[in-house]
Amino acid sequence: MKQPAGQLSRLGTFRSLIQRFAFLALITTAVGLMLLGKADTLMAERLREVVADAFAPILDVLSRPAASIADLMENIRGLAALRAQNAELLEKNERLAQWQAVARQLEAENDGLRSLLHFVPSPQASFISARVIAVVHDAFVRNLLINAGTHDGVRKGQAVVTGDGVVGRVDEVGSRASRILLITDLNSRIPVIIEPSRTRAILVGNGAEQPRLMFLAGNAAKIAPGNRVVTAADANAFPPDLPVGVVSKIIEGKGVFVETFVNIAQTEYVRMVDYGLTGILPSLVGDGEGQ
Amino acid sequence: MKPTLWQRMDQLARNLLPVLLTLALVLVSAVPTRLPGFSAIAPMLTLIGVCYWSIARPDLMRPVVALGIGIFQDVLLGTPLGVDALVLVVAQGVLVSQQRFFFGKPFFVWWWAFGLIAAGAVILKWVLVAALYGRVVEPAPVVFSYLVTVSLYPGLGWLFARVESALIKEG
Repeated sequence: MKQPAGQLSRLGTFRSLIQRFAFLALITTAVGLMLLGKADTLMAERLREVVADAFAPILDVLSRPAASIADLMENIRGLAALRAQNAELLEKNERLAQWQAVARQLEAENDGLRSLLHFVPSPQASFISARVIAVVHDAFVRNLLINAGTHDGVRKGQAVVTGDGVVGRVDEVGSRASRILLITDLNSRIPVIIEPSRTRAILVGNGAEQPRLMFLAGNAAKIAPGNRVVTAADANAFPPDLPVGVVSKIIEGKGVFVETFVNIAQTEYVRMVDYGLTGILPSLVGDGEGQ
Repeated sequence: MKPTLWQRMDQLARNLLPVLLTLALVLVSAVPTRLPGFSAIAPMLTLIGVCYWSIARPDLMRPVVALGIGIFQDVLLGTPLGVDALVLVVAQGVLVSQQRFFFGKPFFVWWWAFGLIAAGAVILKWVLVAALYGRVVEPAPVVFSYLVTVSLYPGLGWLFARVESALIKEG
């Protein structure tokens, strides 16, 4: 049976109208999600936790060969520099042996003085170690996923460090995977102290390699490139005196920038520091834990 | 002759390949590379996947699929919810609307078109993230990321073309 041409073209118009409407509906959905994610952060957080938990095993498997390849490359590079490194290490060893003697002496002296003064020591921290299974590190977001969650004692707001210094803090906790907000992320703000002047400031992530110091309290003129930056205990967000980085450059009108000690791209394992602090990121899921 | 159940299942699995490959790119973009300096130039792999399949096989990369991939990426990678979803849907929509233009065109025309679309996508994402966070994102890493993304397109495109000719029959 032959269809009249008019009917066909009307059908075509109808179809293209439907398609256009569907496309608009999808755009509206995306915009709606954006508003929802902004308004109902709890829902977005729960969703992220569930998905991160579900994909943690896959990401874990994927991250292993990548780590092995990186290790292999590191080994090849290491072999080339073996001789020079050996000489350097021998020299360092000698120097460190001297420092060890000094440290022992100071430790003994410190113990003696503490007992004289009845000094109350800082609380002992406990650590949870975990492997990095995903690195999201681009111009817009900077975070890590690790293979530890509530089962392992990870809690929201805990400070995350490596042997070199502060990495960030725990942002979302699933049962076996957690997300760590890096100190370079746009949403990261941590209270810090700049040594040796003990100037307080807030370290603000800017999505680039070097975060910026803002809200400097006191005399900013005393700050110079090379000054060490450590965490401050303000607002119970971080344990005090964890190394963060050094002041790298001061640009007039743009601010003070910090080069972090931790090379996040090379980080394979991280440790969560648990001082029993409540942190500035209280869990939105009102479980009352640690509040 | 009507295809058997097994044949239909087989065809369905083949037709799902573009989506599965693009979803795999989301996971790949989160693999820790441990390459120094890589973060400054991290490419937007998912955008390559969605754009390639939108030109090559628009019937297998529907707008709703692009939306789903975007939401998955937002949720897994921690981008503000909805941002990648909107960016991918818009990119897919623009490319499919120009479907006739791409018909029979050589690959470098696809590449050139991807360069334009990716530029639009990056700017859209930059504006959306800035609006949602209320802060301006540093433009330099965004520009580098864009350049790397565009330069990776031929490589991934070649791979996708091989997959298409080997595994996905004419739909």
